[in-house]
Amino acid sequence: MKLQPEPQMPRVWRRESKPHRFCPGCGHPLALKALGEAVDDLDWQDRVVFGCDIGCSLLAWDFFDLDTVQTHHGRTLPVLVGLKRVRPELVPIAYMGDGGAYAIGVQHLVSAAARDEPVCSLVVNNAVYAMTGGQMAPTTLPGQKTETTPYGRDPALSGHPLKGAEMVAAVAAPEAYVARGSVANLRQLKRYLLRALQNPHFSLVEVLASCPTNWRTNAAETWEWVEKEMPRYFPLGELKGGVREEERR
Amino acid sequence: MTAVIERERRAFLTGNEVVAWAALAAGAEVMFGYPITPQNEIMHYWARLAPRYGRKFLQTEDELSAGYATIGAVLGGVKAFTATAGPGHVLMQEALAMAEMMRLPVVAIITQRGGPSTATVIYSQQEVNLACFGGNGEGFRLVYSVAGLQDLYEYTLKAFGMAWRYRLPTIVLGDGYQAKMRGPVKLFDPARQGIDTGMAAPFLGAAGTPGRERPPVHLRNTYNLEEELLAVVEEQARSFEQVAEQVAEYEEEKREGAAILLVAHGIVARAAQLAAGRLRRRGKAVGFFRPVTLRPFPETALRRAAFEAEMVLVAESAWGQLERLVRASLSGSEVPVQAYRRPGMGITPEELEEELEKILAARKSSGWSRGDEVAARAADATGLAP
Amino acid sequence: MSIARIVLGGEGGQGVQTIAEILAEAAYRSGLEALYIPNFGVEQRGGVSLAFVQLGDEVVAVPKFRRAQVVVALSDRAIQRTADYVTRETTFIYEASAAVDPSFLPREAGRLLPVPAVKLATEHLHPRVFNVLILGTVVGVVDMVEETALKAALEGLLGHKFALKPELRELNYRALGEGRELALTA
Repeated sequence: MKLQPEPQMPRVWRRESKPHRFCPGCGHPLALKALGEAVDDLDWQDRVVFGCDIGCSLLAWDFFDLDTVQTHHGRTLPVLVGLKRVRPELVPIAYMGDGGAYAIGVQHLVSAAARDEPVCSLVVNNAVYAMTGGQMAPTTLPGQKTETTPYGRDPALSGHPLKGAEMVAAVAAPEAYVARGSVANLRQLKRYLLRALQNPHFSLVEVLASCPTNWRTNAAETWEWVEKEMPRYFPLGELKGGVREEERR
Repeated sequence: MTAVIERERRAFLTGNEVVAWAALAAGAEVMFGYPITPQNEIMHYWARLAPRYGRKFLQTEDELSAGYATIGAVLGGVKAFTATAGPGHVLMQEALAMAEMMRLPVVAIITQRGGPSTATVIYSQQEVNLACFGGNGEGFRLVYSVAGLQDLYEYTLKAFGMAWRYRLPTIVLGDGYQAKMRGPVKLFDPARQGIDTGMAAPFLGAAGTPGRERPPVHLRNTYNLEEELLAVVEEQARSFEQVAEQVAEYEEEKREGAAILLVAHGIVARAAQLAAGRLRRRGKAVGFFRPVTLRPFPETALRRAAFEAEMVLVAESAWGQLERLVRASLSGSEVPVQAYRRPGMGITPEELEEELEKILAARKSSGWSRGDEVAARAADATGLAP
Repeated sequence: MSIARIVLGGEGGQGVQTIAEILAEAAYRSGLEALYIPNFGVEQRGGVSLAFVQLGDEVVAVPKFRRAQVVVALSDRAIQRTADYVTRETTFIYEASAAVDPSFLPREAGRLLPVPAVKLATEHLHPRVFNVLILGTVVGVVDMVEETALKAALEGLLGHKFALKPELRELNYRALGEGRELALTA
């Protein structure tokens, strides 16, 4: 007989792979907690297929008691697009970082949104390439120091932070669901994820997340950044409402 | 599923049409593709035919997406394929490397065009390296080099069967000539001819709730430790070597004590076969060898054939890509290898006849034989014909 | 055992590929072996369009060749472009409605066969069937393709047009006939 996970752990989390492999203070496990709870609420453990990208998101490859595929950098979406096309009863979730979604795989994101592929994307935006050692990401804030912007990101040299959710909202079908949440507000994030998962069209939830390891911040600074600094460039909220339950009937 | 082609029939088709029919007959459920010459008409015919048979098509944003979406469909448990060429083939290798690592039965039809780079949209045999060893891996994939429209039909059918039986990405390596040429071909139901087109089964999303009714499937291609990766690749290598013995294919026309063994693959093999045959009819000792699988390469058979000859001549529409495979197979042997290299150009039987006659004449006038092979090899190494 | 090798060259829009496709299809329907390949490149407009057709009673395995028994050139540029395929055994068919500079013509050709196809088609038939008239001449020279197979191939490719305008069928048959006659009498 199998033991039930501890009460605070979502049912769909895989006990055997815990404790997880993310750094202390990392935003990923928080995002994955909201996602786990959303899947639990829907009781879709038999329908959801989890796909993860390269970068820190790959550390989630055995995170859930969900069928999972870990792909190449930026290529999670096309893999899940192919899967969904032949297995429409499945609910694929593409779990990506900002680099995979908004840089190396951006053509896949834009095209999947434009074609209204019924796949759910969850993009963790921590403003940095974390696993490779803290280089500038498309989402790195102006003035933010990274290994490749050691004097701070200068928009004159390397542009402004990419607003991925807004970009996707601009090209996605009217029925698409696009929102930006934060690990600083898990209740809201879970609400967004529930809507995204249930939307029978393209959906994207960007989540602002912490990376104290690469930001080189202490706990208080980290929280300050996620809660205050990041939303100044990346406002929270729903950008596209998707199709609600009552409208679908 | 009812057979796509119930009764055997002859048809007059282009190679690209043949591929679409073969994929239908093999039970492929979906094709993903991105436009590139000379494979476009595979997509055109498939897009036109697929809905009539309840099959699917998606034109993706690039070849990366086409390759990965094919992987996604395969993970879902259906036979899926893609087609590309040239620079598109370069991009496709990223997905094929993942299929190689995860042993996914992706089928890709490659219609070689000129290279490097955009080069010509027409024809070549310059994608041998890429098809066999593209990607950051070891080349654990099956590559069938086809030689004509009938071949294209039969090996496309077979590619699905072998891919799913051995769980290996499988490439049908054609070219622009074979893609665009129109000729007679015999279409048939593979089941009635005993050709296995494979049984698909889901990798992900099988019945049962993961974690409750069955363990979850966790597929990855990333490993944390060198030792972990080593174990994985060693196991793949062992498995591939076993498979190699069963699947390596070749065609040969022997000639005992042959002065020259002519080696060619793909459509060039047809010209080589004709040329060798004509010379034999004129009393010249010329043998013919065609590797059908380039991965795995039929090394043992080639060595056997080559050892019976005094020298090997490799003819190809590339600058030494097949030649390298031949030389690797013959390494340690004394048989000299010469090359006839025409990158991006078609090769006719007539020009091969001339080349063979030239070599035979030079051999006669110089009394060249095995005794001179050291000199011959030295000359060959400098790029000069002996 | 023999294979007839035919190269056709013309300007884009002259219907060279249509001639080749009908010819190959007709040979196939006559029970012959046949193989047709168009040249194709990045220059879709403004280049000379070439078609390679082989037909005969042995399997055709190699799509391209260096020497042709029949060369068809429908423009001055096509005459130059196809010159390499000409030998002393070649019948060289060329469009001769307008004066062709004789120095352009391949001297080594076994037989020069001028066909004023545009002129004939315009005067007796319709300018659009000039390529079918040429096809008739090629069929006459090669003399391997059956009449019924030729008509069936024509139907296969142009049937949808004939359905809309049935008089086109007769027009095309007459063009074939006129072309064939030229091959025999010229």
